[in-house]
Amino acid sequence: MTRQGWSPARRDVLRLALGAGLGFCAAGRVDAQDAGARRARPQPNDRFVFAGGLRKNELVTLADLPPDGPPAVTYPMDPATKIVRDESRLNQVLLVRLDPSRLNSDTRARAAEGIVGYSAVCTHTGCDAWDWQPAAGVVKCPCHFSEFDLKNGAQVLNGPAPRRLPALPLRIVDGVPVVGGVFIGRPGFETGGG
Amino acid sequence: MSVRTLAVVAAAVTAVLGPAMLAAQSPISYTAVTEQRLLNPEPNNWLMYRGNYAGWGYSPLDQITPANAKNLVPVWSFSTGVTEGHQAPPIVNNGVMFVTTPQQQVFALNARTGDLIWRYKKELPEDLLQLHPTNRGVALLGERVYVATVDAHLVALDARTGKVLWDTTVDDYKNGYYFTMAPLVAKNKVMIGTSGGELGIRGYVAGFDAETGKPAWKTHTIPGPGEPGHDTWSGDAWKTGGVSVWLTAHYDPQLNLSFWGTGNAAPWPGDMHAGDNLYSSSVIAIDVDTGKIRGHHQYHWNDSWDWDEVSTPLLIDFTKDGRTVKGLVHPGRNGYLWRLERQAGGIKFVDARPFVTQEVFTKIDPVTGRPTYDPERKPRAGASVTFCPGLWGGKDWPPAGYNPKTNYLYVPANENLCSTLVGQAAPYEAGKLFLGIDRPKTSMSQRQGATHIGELQAWDMATGKKAWAHTFQDGLWGPILTTGGGLVFMGGTNDRNFRAFDAKTGAKVWEYKTNSGVTGVPSSFAVDGVQYVAVQSGWGVDAQRMQARLDTFRNTKTEVPQGGVIWVFAVRN
Ligand code: FES
Repeated sequence: MTRQGWSPARRDVLRLALGAGLGFCAAGRVDAQDAGARRARPQPNDRFVFAGGLRKNELVTLADLPPDGPPAVTYPMDPATKIVRDESRLNQVLLVRLDPSRLNSDTRARAAEGIVGYSAVCTHTGCDAWDWQPAAGVVKCPCHFSEFDLKNGAQVLNGPAPRRLPALPLRIVDGVPVVGGVFIGRPGFETGGG
Repeated sequence: MSVRTLAVVAAAVTAVLGPAMLAAQSPISYTAVTEQRLLNPEPNNWLMYRGNYAGWGYSPLDQITPANAKNLVPVWSFSTGVTEGHQAPPIVNNGVMFVTTPQQQVFALNARTGDLIWRYKKELPEDLLQLHPTNRGVALLGERVYVATVDAHLVALDARTGKVLWDTTVDDYKNGYYFTMAPLVAKNKVMIGTSGGELGIRGYVAGFDAETGKPAWKTHTIPGPGEPGHDTWSGDAWKTGGVSVWLTAHYDPQLNLSFWGTGNAAPWPGDMHAGDNLYSSSVIAIDVDTGKIRGHHQYHWNDSWDWDEVSTPLLIDFTKDGRTVKGLVHPGRNGYLWRLERQAGGIKFVDARPFVTQEVFTKIDPVTGRPTYDPERKPRAGASVTFCPGLWGGKDWPPAGYNPKTNYLYVPANENLCSTLVGQAAPYEAGKLFLGIDRPKTSMSQRQGATHIGELQAWDMATGKKAWAHTFQDGLWGPILTTGGGLVFMGGTNDRNFRAFDAKTGAKVWEYKTNSGVTGVPSSFAVDGVQYVAVQSGWGVDAQRMQARLDTFRNTKTEVPQGGVIWVFAVRN
């Protein structure tokens, strides 16, 4: 097609495109809202579902979190729309139940019935698999062996991670753990170098 | 207009106008890299990952010698501003140096003064997982600089300005595909392989048009249904069977073949993917025009030890039974030194011998090279299996070097280490670790009575015998540079030293304590008649992981500071 004026054929094409576009827009808005909800970080009152494994997307209940672990890797879920916020890996939350008397005061204040919540993405270079050390209440990242003390705000004990895992305050509602606040700190890692 | 014609025109323009005019027209004076130059790199330049297509890591420059190396001093240094594993060689074209770093930076520097010409940094996705936060360098052709990225792109930059000329999304990082290697450039193609062997990918090598970045061919390292070798996999294991390719291939222009080393089969224990698993832990010969596989040799079948054989064999001709063999020489992660013959019709086994203690192979078939295993030392589901060498093998990725003057092959080896793995099957999930082991039960140990781990070994290619070895107490992660002046340069230890050895005798003639551990590939170049040696210091990735494992079983804590610096050394007059 040349750039000489607007031929009728071209105008029809344009009108068609606009009409179709409007239709797409309406549908697109819903999709965009969903995508926004799926991307959003954990929101107060969100429930948790398993992030993977055989029980992927099933609701996490207190019974799924036995004392002293192991931890569960979860995604938050909007309780009203049931939208799971799994668009970004950075929304994954690590949940584990510890003896409340072992938690330091800040950690205890955020915990619910001893259950603590943290970003499940390692602050080193972003792995999200965890090895559990129940006696110490410590998770170890298998990628480069950073260790985080979940009793003490996920403080770094060992390894290359530059900072702790962001904590997530929790509550118990209707017998299940729910999100009680927002991440304290930014989940994920920094690439550095300005 | 082809690149070759462009280059010829550029050369003609240079001849007519002179370099000063060209410099006036553009920010820097830059010499186009032609195919001819890549085939015959000038001694003063380091135009590709290992300096030449044969993969020798050899510079013919001979100003720095065992006699004057003690006078080596830093001429300039440059902070990269990032941590993690700095592994890329400084690549130099007529006084312009290109260096990549972790977190996807490329620096162009004046190789003589260290002044920054430009810097490129790719914005990486916030949800990226970096199992190997590193990059191993650029490739050059014409006036373009190519870099393969950790979020699975292939990018071409303008060598003069650092501007992005094209950026091809090759794969989806969310499924575990990522690139760490320096690309190979030959016949107007840019070629890369994919990492992700721990994330259940299906590996491949892919070629792209060097001018446009358009995909030219893609060859999977695991044959699909109907392709030869597919029947060496059971069930659906081929779909997530790993076989990554993460080091630059070497290239034989006469045969028009590139030689790629391939990674481990995934998940690690072999009973989770029964069969030989072609082309895992192999070398494959790929036609650079078509991407067709023309031959292969599998070093060990049904890999169960995480023994990637991604290091590319060096193209070295040697004599065997009175006959000159156009060879491929590979010190393997499996602890054997392999000698193969490269032919138009394929790759032929010649011989193999262990270069570190190897307790897994009980014999090697003298004709085919196929090893037989001690079944008790082959990891599998539900059993705790200890094997030596351990999962980092006799030699991991740091490239070996070859010096045609000494006719020695230099191997950065690790001896006396063993691993224990307990196999445990787990379902594949896209982009997640897919190791098939009970991770907390994984451990490393040292053989009884061992006095050291690292070994710099020199092997005489005339006799096939070890000529000398230099030992190091801890792990060795030092890529090799060897020079016409009769030296071997290598870092790789946790004490931050970068060293020079007499290539003939193995005597250490110089060392210098840098900012961090040196796991970078060293290079050598000359500007205005002065020879320099350049290397990046910046500890991280597997060197750091091995150190953490050593610390665990020894109950020690070794701090190696991180943060990258490019160092350039010359002899003080
Ligand atoms: S990503 Fe966790 S220690 Fe590196």
